[in-house]
Amino acid sequence: MGIDRDQIRMVFALFVVAIVAVTLLGLTDIVTREPIAQAQRQALHRALAQVLPTHSNDPQDDVLTVEKSGQVVQVYPAKDKLGNLTGLAWEVVAPDGYAGSIKILTGFRADGRLHAIRVTNHKETPGLGDWIVKDNQWLDSFVGRGLHDTDWRVKKYGGDFDQFTGATITPNAVVNAVKKSLEFFNEQHQLILGRLAEQNQLPVTGADKSSHGVAK
Amino acid sequence: MTKSGIFADGFWHNNAIFAQLLGMCPLLGVTTSAENGFWMGAATLLVLLGSNLVVSMVRGVIPKNVRIPAYITIIAAFVTVVGMAMNAWMHEMYMILGLFIPLIVVNCAILGRAEAFASKNSVVDSVVDALAVSAGFTFALVLLGGVRELFGQGELFGFAVFGESYPDVLMFILPPGAFIALGFILAGVNLINRKLQARAARQKAAAIAEEAVEVTS
Repeated sequence: MGIDRDQIRMVFALFVVAIVAVTLLGLTDIVTREPIAQAQRQALHRALAQVLPTHSNDPQDDVLTVEKSGQVVQVYPAKDKLGNLTGLAWEVVAPDGYAGSIKILTGFRADGRLHAIRVTNHKETPGLGDWIVKDNQWLDSFVGRGLHDTDWRVKKYGGDFDQFTGATITPNAVVNAVKKSLEFFNEQHQLILGRLAEQNQLPVTGADKSSHGVAK
Repeated sequence: MTKSGIFADGFWHNNAIFAQLLGMCPLLGVTTSAENGFWMGAATLLVLLGSNLVVSMVRGVIPKNVRIPAYITIIAAFVTVVGMAMNAWMHEMYMILGLFIPLIVVNCAILGRAEAFASKNSVVDSVVDALAVSAGFTFALVLLGGVRELFGQGELFGFAVFGESYPDVLMFILPPGAFIALGFILAGVNLINRKLQARAARQKAAAIAEEAVEVTS
């Protein structure tokens, strides 16, 4: 079985096309990598600003990584000018949405009460389930809630949170996930505070860090 | 064919959506609002421009038997580049359209132009064709997105048209609304085409009658 010139030409043509395509993609990756990271950081920055109490640090600079039963949680602390903790935020995933998982950024005050929540990623039905993003009144119903003074169910099941017309599964999934987030706060609170104290005692690296001071 | 002929053909007579019913996936998936439709059209424009340009440049160089894998590689490369660029510089729109951007690769309208036009025509003609086809595609996306946004949410490009009290009409926002609205738009397009044909036929008949008059006199 011989290889004729046509076959060599075909292989060569595809080879050249692939090489050119890969080069183009590599170059684009080099150009866009930094802006993409920047854009993601800014998107998270805006979301954090919405869920955390007023703060003067950049929570993403002070991020802590906490492990809980194999899951890694990024904890974003909010601090005032003196370096005192004013709040904490992290993302929880509600695995039981109507259409896949829902990602929710939950922000807490230093006393362990919810400050605000925002849905950062979901695939719920437009017009039915996506009220969890748009309905500010509903989102505000989470403000100031604690773990024990609230019935963490939707009203249909006897709880404290409204469901939407035609959509019970979606808000219920969010409510459950936020409750888990509060439980996580109660479990990990001491550990996180300890880690933050360590963080504040680390040698000052940048000029902007000097204002954080030492945790009380 | 003249440049304006290529443009009219790609934009209207052979419109990817109205005449060929190609590219239904992005059409029905992203057209919940006019703005989404517009940016999806813009992304498609960049990809089609790139692929038509490159395919017409390498026409005759790529052996016939491997042309389809070669075209798909070229298209996929441009789609990935557009996706990355959008993620970097239009992050919020990427969050909305991101799921549908990679699917541009399998938009038959694009492979169709590479195979049916760019592989047989000059670079300049292929660029004109790419502009025309994607302008037609974008027009269709914005039209359908506009109709769904208007009747579904009472807004157009995010501005309230019917006032704040307009109740959301779910049917238009959900997928069935896309099919229903598309059906009415296609009916409208067919009506326009029929009118155009009838007018052309009348003009032709009038011209023949005039000639006949001249001959007899």
